[in-house]
Amino acid sequence: MIEFKDIKKSFDGKEILRGVSGKFKTGKTNLIIGSSGTGKSVLLKVIVGLVEPDEGAIYYDEQNFTTGDKKLRTHIRRDIGMLFQGGALFDSKTVEENVMFPLNLQKGMSKSEKLDRVNWCLKRVGLENANTKMPSEISGGMKKRVGIARAIVDDIKYLFCDEPNSGLDPQTSIVIDELIAEITKELKITSVVVTHDMNSVMGIGDHIIYLAKGEKLWEGSNKEILNTKVEQLKEFVFASKLLQNYKENA
Amino acid sequence: MKTLGRYFIFLGSIFNNRESFRTYFRLIIDESITIGVDSVFIVAIVSTFIGAVTAVQTAYNIVSPLIENYIIGNIVRDMTILELAPTITALVFAGKVGSSIATGLGTMRISEQIDALEVMGINSVSYLVLPKIVSTMIMYPLLVILAAFLSLYGGFLASTLSGLSSASDYIYGVRYGFNEFTVLFMLIKALVFAFLISTISAYKGFYTSGGALEVGQSSTKAVTSSCIAILLADYLLADLMLN
Repeated sequence: MIEFKDIKKSFDGKEILRGVSGKFKTGKTNLIIGSSGTGKSVLLKVIVGLVEPDEGAIYYDEQNFTTGDKKLRTHIRRDIGMLFQGGALFDSKTVEENVMFPLNLQKGMSKSEKLDRVNWCLKRVGLENANTKMPSEISGGMKKRVGIARAIVDDIKYLFCDEPNSGLDPQTSIVIDELIAEITKELKITSVVVTHDMNSVMGIGDHIIYLAKGEKLWEGSNKEILNTKVEQLKEFVFASKLLQNYKENA
Repeated sequence: MKTLGRYFIFLGSIFNNRESFRTYFRLIIDESITIGVDSVFIVAIVSTFIGAVTAVQTAYNIVSPLIENYIIGNIVRDMTILELAPTITALVFAGKVGSSIATGLGTMRISEQIDALEVMGINSVSYLVLPKIVSTMIMYPLLVILAAFLSLYGGFLASTLSGLSSASDYIYGVRYGFNEFTVLFMLIKALVFAFLISTISAYKGFYTSGGALEVGQSSTKAVTSSCIAILLADYLLADLMLN
């Protein structure tokens, strides 16, 4: 479980996060949603330690990540996998080398064991025959899949995804969403997904946190979100014509 | 001052939380090929022509019949070892390798590859920058030695082929009054310039923010700052070691 308490962050005097608190449960797909510029990605970066919070604390399975020493932070980080918006694959490495990269930092694994693990991960994301391809030779959706394979290759406990659907067509978006949800349940990990895609919210949102202007305004599941009383969240959810029609018909 | 302070903090963070020696060894070999071997052609062309031009211009300036022709080889040697091989090569090297380092790191930064390394628990500064610094400091002095030889050879070709001096006069001039300390001075300069080019370019590239436009700007700043630093260091080293 990941818990964050009273997270505050400002950039150049502008408050981005204003005391956000919450919990992400193990085995669930947790979503951080909100309009553009509400601090979703900043919150994610604060939680994984890419950005230091001005105030507040983050706990990974009750271990304080914020005040922890370098050894503890490195230890926790090796349990984290992250899928970035653009995939963040290393341009100069093949798909296989990209996925194998986190394993190369470990001692005690033979090359054949590493290769077996890489092949399992690539098969799991549906890219069995892409080992020798370069990132420039594959599509956006495939890059996201390779990113997921790289994130899960190292027996992780926490998976973070920053807008995994950005730049993808609706069908590929659903495939990626389902892949994240399946992997979360299969590996019994804690997944945190930043998104503003309502398809993702309705499809995989076991637990959702809604942010607006750097504050948490709502928390619940995808079953509860359509009946929300929070005006700003209503506007966000029903901005889609499809959901407007769905609500009217219901 | 803020930038200078940030630069020194950046240098300090290179040595924190390092990976295993084996990891760096492979990276250093790869970087040495990119930084050193791939620069041989441009360094060879520039140094050969600079040596040739120095020989021709020296001959042009010898107006007195009392000055013997061997002085051409003598001047080409001192110019090459003291200044042309380490400094001019450094300026060319800053343009080629410095911009490549800054662009590479800048692109990694804006495409979140550096963030990906950090999330994996890797000290990205150390992992990405240390091999570049070590490779540059190994390869650049070797390139300077090559440049010195080719510059002297360029001077030899220009002098003999255009009849400015005979081969034996040129070689006598190169050997006449040779001071070994100048070679040591050349190598010290090469090491200092290599450190400046690699660290300044890496610093500019590593802290790129924005998009493709900013990557280009970082590359330009890396080359400009490296060139200024080289010229300043060149003067300081000459003043400290030759005066």
